[in-house]
Amino acid sequence: MDFIRDTMLPRAWRWFVIACMVFFVINVLLIIISVVVSSFGTGWFTGWLPEQFTPKWYGEAWKEFQLQHVLLVTVEITLAVVAISLGVGVPAAYALARLQFKGKSLIMLLFLVPLMVPPITYGIPLATVLYQTGAGGTMWGVILANLVPSVPFAVLVMTPFIEQIDPRLESAARVFGASSLTTFWRILVPLLMPGILAAGILVLIRTISMFELTFLTAGPDSQTLIVALYYSMFAAGVRAQQSVDAMAVIYMLTTMTGLLIALRFVDPSQLVGRVKSQKV
Amino acid sequence: MTSETIAASTASRSANADPSTVAGRDLRLLMIVPGVLVIVGLFVYPFIYGFISSFNPQGENAEWLANYQRFFSEPRLYETVGKTLWLALPVTILNVGLAVPFAFMLRTPSRGQRLLSTLLVIPMTLGTVLVAEGLMLYLAPNGWLNRSLLELGLLGSPLRLLNNYWGVALSLLITGFPFAFMMMLSYTTGIDPTLARAAATLGASPMEQFRRIYLPLLVPGLTITFCLTFVQAFAVFPSAVLLGAPAGATRVISIAAYEMAYEEYNWSMASTVAMVMGATQLVIVGIVLGLRQFSYRGPVVGGKG
Repeated sequence: MDFIRDTMLPRAWRWFVIACMVFFVINVLLIIISVVVSSFGTGWFTGWLPEQFTPKWYGEAWKEFQLQHVLLVTVEITLAVVAISLGVGVPAAYALARLQFKGKSLIMLLFLVPLMVPPITYGIPLATVLYQTGAGGTMWGVILANLVPSVPFAVLVMTPFIEQIDPRLESAARVFGASSLTTFWRILVPLLMPGILAAGILVLIRTISMFELTFLTAGPDSQTLIVALYYSMFAAGVRAQQSVDAMAVIYMLTTMTGLLIALRFVDPSQLVGRVKSQKV
Repeated sequence: MTSETIAASTASRSANADPSTVAGRDLRLLMIVPGVLVIVGLFVYPFIYGFISSFNPQGENAEWLANYQRFFSEPRLYETVGKTLWLALPVTILNVGLAVPFAFMLRTPSRGQRLLSTLLVIPMTLGTVLVAEGLMLYLAPNGWLNRSLLELGLLGSPLRLLNNYWGVALSLLITGFPFAFMMMLSYTTGIDPTLARAAATLGASPMEQFRRIYLPLLVPGLTITFCLTFVQAFAVFPSAVLLGAPAGATRVISIAAYEMAYEEYNWSMASTVAMVMGATQLVIVGIVLGLRQFSYRGPVVGGKG
């Protein structure tokens, strides 16, 4: 009996859990693959696969959805968000990691809350304010809106990287007469490069796939790829399903490229957001 | 004297001469200002603005509570709270309930763990819009899922999984479960395995180790994971429109907020809906955190106390 309870049951349970996981992952992969297959098919009404395969939908999607323009806008918005988030987030992370000051826990909270509140909840008041200032519907409106989750995210990703650096290096630089600014640029930034790269790529992926905030603040000329994809799906039937799928595949390729690069630098769990950033 | 104290005393001795210090205040503190300005200007201020404007209804001599009265008197509006909860709560319980045993099983670092987390990150990275696009094909009457079930003889006729509750629930499962799993994984790997080993030495079976050692230690992580997964699910938007019945069973609260803002152009009413959305989330999170009071609180690492 003890053998069954202590060895057989845990082992059976282990296999059951693994089987469930494999089932989940297979379904997710099939969901993604069906988009890819459909984007290359001529028509897919019955059968396991489309009747014939063709690459023509990609050309049509490129023209119909003005993807050249959309991709350009996506790149511009994403790069601006990454640059500003790092420029603002890295110094803030440094101050939070190194300095002790009054109200520090309040500031930590200020950086944590925007990551936990879903974008739709604060996106509507934010869009209201942006539209009143005239930024709504423009590229700058989209960039500003995307900073709300990106800056705190950059701060949280950077903090552990800064904590790893020995403060004595900075003290040594000061002993030799370096000013704070010189210390920051000549000592900290080079040592922090891996962290800055990781934070940059993570912000990049999150901005490309950020639907809600961009959707609420973008005008016709400032839509990113994901928002353009949503609109084309929403207007289903206007265009061929396959050219929408082709656009989805193009979107997938851009995010997956970012993900592949990111996984070379970071642990997958960092992509979830480092809510548990404090050390035990 | 260790080198650390030397460095510290050097730093304090030069404090007066240090150009980065003015009147005893560390100027490095200024580095935090731009970050705080971004959050205050783009998150805190709009929230306060939205809160105030929800009490300033549009239209002539409207009462200050008119927006809230409208929300709770029109079924099209107040029913969205229940519909959203009816989607978000069961799916969150399922996601977190599955994530706990799975994360527990995979708590020791291995190649399988790394591969699995990589695969699970994919649907989260792609986002809800793309998952919705995939599910539209996958769950369709002639999609691969129904086709497989029909071929296997498990079904007589295809399941209707689109344009109703199930499509949205499945999309929340696919984007929410990986999130809950990764969060729980970071908590289970943070628990000192020697605690369970000590229990095993004292004769605890694996089941008992889980129930008596891991589960109590996981409760703080569990509550946070539950809250975050729930809040994400409660804000469901694109999949509720694309996979659900946006005029019927899956008319969730974010759809109502969107319609107020971009179809009625009643921004004050839209803010009201957003405030109700935020308040509902707060209530559920408050209940969950309140329940946590009844459980163990303390360190998750062993050691000589």
